[in-house]
Amino acid sequence: MPRLRLLFLLALFPVMVAGAQLGLRAAGMEYCLTQLTMSVYYALVVMGLCLLMGYAGQVSLGHGAFFALGGYTTAVLTTHDFSGIRACAGVGVLERAGLLVAQQDLYGQAGLSVAPWAAFAAAMLLTFVVALLIGYPALRLRGHYLAMATLGFTLIVSKLLLGSALTGSADGIHGVPEWKLLPGLTVSGRSALRVQNYYLACGLALLLLLGLRNLLRSRVGRALLAIHDRETAANAMGINTAAYKLKVFVLSALLAALAGVFFTHYTGGIAPSEAGALKSVRYVALAAAGGMANLWGVTVMSIALNYCSLRGWFGSYDNAVFGALLILIISLAPEGPLKPLGLWLRRLAGRPDPERRTPHGAP
Amino acid sequence: MALLEVTDVRRAFGGLAAVDGVSFTVKPGQIKGIIGPNGAGKTTLFNLISGLLKPDAGRITFRGRSITGLKPYEIAGAGLSRTFQNPSLFLQMNVLENVMVGRHCRTRWGFLGCGLRWPGQAREERAIREAARAQLDVVGLAHLAGWSAGALPFGQRRMVELARALATEPAMLLLDEPASGLNTREKEDLGRLIRQIRDRGITVLLVEHDMSVVMGLSDDLLVLYNGRPIAEGAPAAVQNDPRVIRVYLGEDLQNDESGGDAPPRAPATPPATCCSR
Amino acid sequence: MQNESLALQYLLSGITKGSIYAVVAIGFNLIYSATGIINFAQGEFLMLGGMVAVTLAAYVPLPVAVTGAVALVALVGGLLELAFFRRLRRHSILHLVIITMGLSIVIQETALHIWDEKVRSLPYFTGNEVSSVRFLGAAISTQVLWVLGTVALAVLGLHFFLRYTLTGRAMRACSSNPEAAMLAGINIPNMRTLAFGLSAALGALAGCVVSPMTMTHYEMGAPLAIKGFAAAILGGLGNPMAAVAGGLLVGLLEAASVSCLPAVYNDVSAFVILLLVIFVRPQGLWGALAPDRVREH
Repeated sequence: MPRLRLLFLLALFPVMVAGAQLGLRAAGMEYCLTQLTMSVYYALVVMGLCLLMGYAGQVSLGHGAFFALGGYTTAVLTTHDFSGIRACAGVGVLERAGLLVAQQDLYGQAGLSVAPWAAFAAAMLLTFVVALLIGYPALRLRGHYLAMATLGFTLIVSKLLLGSALTGSADGIHGVPEWKLLPGLTVSGRSALRVQNYYLACGLALLLLLGLRNLLRSRVGRALLAIHDRETAANAMGINTAAYKLKVFVLSALLAALAGVFFTHYTGGIAPSEAGALKSVRYVALAAAGGMANLWGVTVMSIALNYCSLRGWFGSYDNAVFGALLILIISLAPEGPLKPLGLWLRRLAGRPDPERRTPHGAP
Repeated sequence: MALLEVTDVRRAFGGLAAVDGVSFTVKPGQIKGIIGPNGAGKTTLFNLISGLLKPDAGRITFRGRSITGLKPYEIAGAGLSRTFQNPSLFLQMNVLENVMVGRHCRTRWGFLGCGLRWPGQAREERAIREAARAQLDVVGLAHLAGWSAGALPFGQRRMVELARALATEPAMLLLDEPASGLNTREKEDLGRLIRQIRDRGITVLLVEHDMSVVMGLSDDLLVLYNGRPIAEGAPAAVQNDPRVIRVYLGEDLQNDESGGDAPPRAPATPPATCCSR
Repeated sequence: MQNESLALQYLLSGITKGSIYAVVAIGFNLIYSATGIINFAQGEFLMLGGMVAVTLAAYVPLPVAVTGAVALVALVGGLLELAFFRRLRRHSILHLVIITMGLSIVIQETALHIWDEKVRSLPYFTGNEVSSVRFLGAAISTQVLWVLGTVALAVLGLHFFLRYTLTGRAMRACSSNPEAAMLAGINIPNMRTLAFGLSAALGALAGCVVSPMTMTHYEMGAPLAIKGFAAAILGGLGNPMAAVAGGLLVGLLEAASVSCLPAVYNDVSAFVILLLVIFVRPQGLWGALAPDRVREH
């Protein structure tokens, strides 16, 4: 049964993706692809959060900061002029190795910046270290301490980004160069590459979905569920609960940073608002709305809601919508609305509820 | 050589000594029972051995290695598994998956391998599934593999938890009041099962209140009272020990190290046994 | 002489801010003790208190406006508990904490729509922005005296309430042993509502009294909540009076960092304290909770 479901979803996903693109082209609104692509990148963050919240049972309010960490690291490294260090030993080697590239800024001045691939690696490494530093102490404590710690972290990052000239203060960073992934595949905001980038983002999302799905259906996934369900018993069964929680936290942070890097190269810039507490709560709201442990639901919900938000359909109530969503979902359907919805649809179709079965011999 | 050696273990909670200098050993292949009135410190002792609590003093050695102060998962990895007084199944999974969790400490594929579904990982996953099914067979519940753990009645949850503990391939099993909440027939099944487990080479240490079960099952008994051991030995001897009888009749044991001043009372009728060996 | 008076100014600034954080911290403690929830929306009570008072002050004298604001916000706090937390039995604490996060945002945005993003403030309670009192060579604004005085009175009043009145003792019983309290006939749900209402009232009062100096702005709630929480856990959750000490400490440390770091990094010090406490000593300096209760197991 699960295999059939997987094939169904695997077939459905490309159909929906292509359908959206072709539909928009037919309606002459292909420019909407830009916001759709951005929504997909945001959804990557929520996927990681889903793993953390739905499976490891931890709440993190720091994913906006991790997203920004990834984005800003690559933005700073690829736009900052490092010509000053030309005199240092080894710089020539780096340049020949392709890690440093000659750039031309807006005014035609030659400069030296880090190549996007190297910046990407740096961003991942930095996020890994930071997530480890925060997660290791915080995960030994009760749940709301991690929430508070990550909130504190988000606020610190937010303030630092706003206050530092290196990160462009309140304006953020612009002019982030394109990123040539492979010959013929470039992460870029150019309208000519719009369709390509849309499929690139969706392809990345699909890859991650599959990887996470594999993970969740393996011994790691069971271990995570066990930890979420009854941590003491999980520990007694040989699962190193502290290590698993930390690994999941770091993984989700890396996913957020990955999304940040791609996003920044796609939009050509990043702003401090990406790091704020509001964004972080928004990710939590989306994870909850998709059904915290339901990867596909989470992805679909985030893309849909973020798209609406980016198109401005929530108007000035943008943040309030996500806050209200969070309250409603958690109050009424803490496991996410898709499960009750599914159950309701099943009842409509006359099929029995799956949980009702009891084994023989039960009273 | 003893499989498990507990030496002078102490643990207090805010000034109240729950376990106060307990020492005993468990030999390989034994079924050893720990009995004692409520509040004697039996569950605390279990928690100390299985790593859920750290002892304030004393040492615990398993298979020659010290396990004092190790985390529960490390102790499980060393071959010492336990069940809980209230069956602690993972209710979000089905029965088979619960038992599969038991295989965790004997398998190794991690995040990357599982995420990419490496061939070796897929093979290991199949092996886990088969091993889990085999353990469910041992406890006779293979037909319930697909049922949600939450849908099971109490007695069957007990059995699934036992299967899960067996899946960890332990050298020794700690059973915390396995017979509580079971009816007579289920108790007989349990007794049979535990003997089967011992015959497969797994040593068993159990805490139990039900005298009929523990007297008939155990090769050796340890009696705890107020956190201290007051008797140890074969069930027949322990049954007739005047101190044990006094303790179970509700009389306080006072200054009893030397055996007391008053002559021991004539032994009362020993606790009834059924399920004799 | 210059340095001394400067140091004194920083000290006073630290104590003033610290007393506000103390009030937020007490609010956290009250709600946490009675319900086990960490109320992320705590800071919004201060914001609401200030905003409502400013609106009322256009129609009624200042004291009436402040009293009205406090009463209204207390009502809001109680209603929030009734609407959201009373009925949610099967939810875990973490779920409830997430709800308070959502509430914080919704309240913030609602305030934005009711009052717009302009900064507002109440008039100075006595005098104006330049009236001051000289003390040991430093000029202290009269409003600072109001802040310190009001907070001190509020803390004393709360202490008296908790220790010597029947309702107060009932609330304390409720937090230390809910089952026993229930058996003794104490209405636990009502105590929880009371805790929320009281927290909100205290917050609103603090928001009013600090409004002339620090302005009231729809976004002021979140940073205050975090700093107040830092103060609460620095003092130790479960100990309302330690929250006062925690608040003052955070205020003083913040003032110290202001004197050394560029202005933009003002807020960072409080957040750093938060992280340090969580990582180094989660039970706080005078925590009522043993480390066991704070760690997972």
